[in-house]
Amino acid sequence: MSAVSTPTRPVLSHLRALESEAIYVMREVAAEFERPGLLFSAGKDSLVLLRLAEKAFRPGRFPFPLMHVDTGHNFPEVIALRDQRAAELGERLIVASVQDSIDRGRVVEETGPRASRNRLQTTTLLDAIAEHNFDAVLGGARRDEERARAKERVFSFRDDFGQWDPKNQRPELWNLYNGRIRKGEHVRVFPLSNWTELDVWEYIEQERLDVPSIYYAHEREVFERDGMLYAWRDGAELIDGETVFTESVRYRTVGDMTCTGGVRSHAATLQEVVAEIAATRLTERGETRADDRVSEAAMEDRKKVGYF
Amino acid sequence: MTLDLLRFTTAGSVDDGKSTLIGRLLYDTKQVHDDQLVHLIEASLRRGGEGALDLALLTDGLRAEREQGITIDVAYRYFATERRRFIIADCPGHLQYTRNMATGASTADLAVVLIDARHGVVEQSRRHAFISALLGIPRLVVAINKMDLVDHAEQRFEEIMAQFATSAAQLSGVKDITYIPISALQGDNVVTRSERMDWYEGTTLLDLLETVDVSYDHPDEIPARFPVQWVVRPPAATASAAESQSTNGHHTTRHHAQDDPDYRGYAGTLASGALHVGDDVVVLPAGQRTSIAAIDTFDGPLEEALAPMSVTLRLADNLDISRGELICRPNESPAVTREFEADICWLAEQPMRPGGRYVLKHTTRQAPAIIDSLLDLVDVHSLERVGPPSELNLNDIARVRVRTSAPLIVDPYDSNRRTGSFILIDEASNGTVGAGMIRSA
Ligand SMILES: Nc1nc2c(ncn2[C@@H]2O[C@H](COP(=O)(O)OP(=O)(O)O)[C@@H](O)[C@H]2O)c(=O)[nH]1
Ligand SMILES: [Mg+2]
Repeated sequence: MSAVSTPTRPVLSHLRALESEAIYVMREVAAEFERPGLLFSAGKDSLVLLRLAEKAFRPGRFPFPLMHVDTGHNFPEVIALRDQRAAELGERLIVASVQDSIDRGRVVEETGPRASRNRLQTTTLLDAIAEHNFDAVLGGARRDEERARAKERVFSFRDDFGQWDPKNQRPELWNLYNGRIRKGEHVRVFPLSNWTELDVWEYIEQERLDVPSIYYAHEREVFERDGMLYAWRDGAELIDGETVFTESVRYRTVGDMTCTGGVRSHAATLQEVVAEIAATRLTERGETRADDRVSEAAMEDRKKVGYF
Repeated sequence: MTLDLLRFTTAGSVDDGKSTLIGRLLYDTKQVHDDQLVHLIEASLRRGGEGALDLALLTDGLRAEREQGITIDVAYRYFATERRRFIIADCPGHLQYTRNMATGASTADLAVVLIDARHGVVEQSRRHAFISALLGIPRLVVAINKMDLVDHAEQRFEEIMAQFATSAAQLSGVKDITYIPISALQGDNVVTRSERMDWYEGTTLLDLLETVDVSYDHPDEIPARFPVQWVVRPPAATASAAESQSTNGHHTTRHHAQDDPDYRGYAGTLASGALHVGDDVVVLPAGQRTSIAAIDTFDGPLEEALAPMSVTLRLADNLDISRGELICRPNESPAVTREFEADICWLAEQPMRPGGRYVLKHTTRQAPAIIDSLLDLVDVHSLERVGPPSELNLNDIARVRVRTSAPLIVDPYDSNRRTGSFILIDEASNGTVGAGMIRSA
């Protein structure tokens, strides 16, 4: 049958194709916006973004600063790697702090054992975008993370309240992205839109990227809640019957400690992690993010108000 | 070159079974994770699904469409087998959402058009195939679904095949049409061969998807096109080049071209074809001649770049080139023009009238554009081209004459989807209002 191919050339792997697409997207942002920024949390997706930025812009400087929204409850290992990478690259890092937003009365801290700063981050992020006049913000979100994201654009328009309107998105054809906005509006840009969690890990392996140690199995004091293992930290409150115990765990995302659960794992090396992800039977968000379990539509609601 | 990544789109009328088919592909290739499965079972029960898994729920994402029970926007899905990685653009089938089909089709190498075996070829099926062809998808799979509801009858399959073939003449540019009888609900001929349709000797849908050619397969058969996207200069290029040389009067030996303060690289993504170090090239629109001195990447220099790689070119001569210019071989230049004819899909509520002014984005170039005239309109029912309309409305497809304030460097869309496509942006709303395919320059 004529549709069956006979390869005439070496294969360009899907990782190289995805990489090329992401580099293209980043260069479009650099060329079409006046004040872009790149959200960098030192999580695996944003570490991949930094490598892609190197590939897009070196030997030049990055045409944007890095920005981290720090909840104050981040894993210390992650913060250390964040600072290390920014220093190695010699690029500017802006830290927007949720604690500052609380101190300035922009948001009110939640209380109780289920208190989390996850929701508060949205205000801190939007305030920082306004303060730095960002017209485009690059982020590491992927469409495969959650169903609400499957329809997200690569260039995702946000109105002057930072809101996403899923019913009124700009059509996105070919690789022709429309970055035109008015003052006060901005665009969230997702170069990793078409990547899956496994692609990200395979790329980390291919590029030999350092990732925070919490992605590898380690012994940690944890407590179990709603079927997930949360890191014990000073100030955490237990609910009746919960106890703190030691377990070999690994994290699949590095959000705020208050809402990011670990999984039981003995995958202590990159190769073991890749093998485990390839074989895994649970999706990343379903397994480790308490904030998404609240309701099926939780992610969609948070995106509408400007969450990443 | 085979890219082990295939982008395809699925189209069909509402209820033909697109969501079920995608759910089936994910489920049978073991891409559905345990937690999704739990959601799926719970949601299937809530729907009153008599215990059967409603695979459509795997993909029907946004709340509005869950509530309405219809798909309202293009959704992207990902799955992989041992042989390939797939990106699916799941396109809604409603009449008023034709623009979504065009969106999904614009990046696809293959379209799966679903037909309900009970209803046969309906107007929507022809329209979906037509839009796929218009957007330059070279391969169609006509998946005749719900064969379980027509007793898995070969005769019914053949009838529908014959029906479809009568309209295939309207599908110019389509190289290949494959017909597959399936049941998305029961899984026949999707991933596993159907025992109930042993009369069918062709491939399963997945087999076809895993082996079909993709658009970048033959870089030597299509001229190289390199739109310049970004000019790479080293950090020291402007300010500290002089400074670093004056420090102690000594001057470090530079091992890498990339440490050179005079470094000037033209970054971009090869839209098509292949370029090699040493190739003679021309830079359009001005037409300066030079050659490729180096192909740089962060991972080191290359001898050859193939589409769709993102690379940085250095040229032998010191030219002042900027974003929006295009590098290609001298004897295979595209047209440089301010006027051309194009087919437009109109994507906006507000109509387009002759004389309308827009911002046109083409490759890495933008220019103000005027629609000089509307030449004809595709009738959505007959798919014939009829006399010129007075205006274009949402989802209309028409041939128009476009004039731009600055020259564009264009190929006909038939020969190059990257350098033959453009979008129109409304200057007042900033919305993307039109999608264009250049037909003649
Ligand atoms: N009997 C039968 N029903 C099917 C088949 N495929 C889909 N359906 C049903 O047709 C209805 C519409 O399917 P859906 O996937 O939502 O269609 P979409 O609107 O094209 O996405 C649902 O009730 C499905 O269960 C099939 O192969 N056989
Ligand atoms: Mg559907």
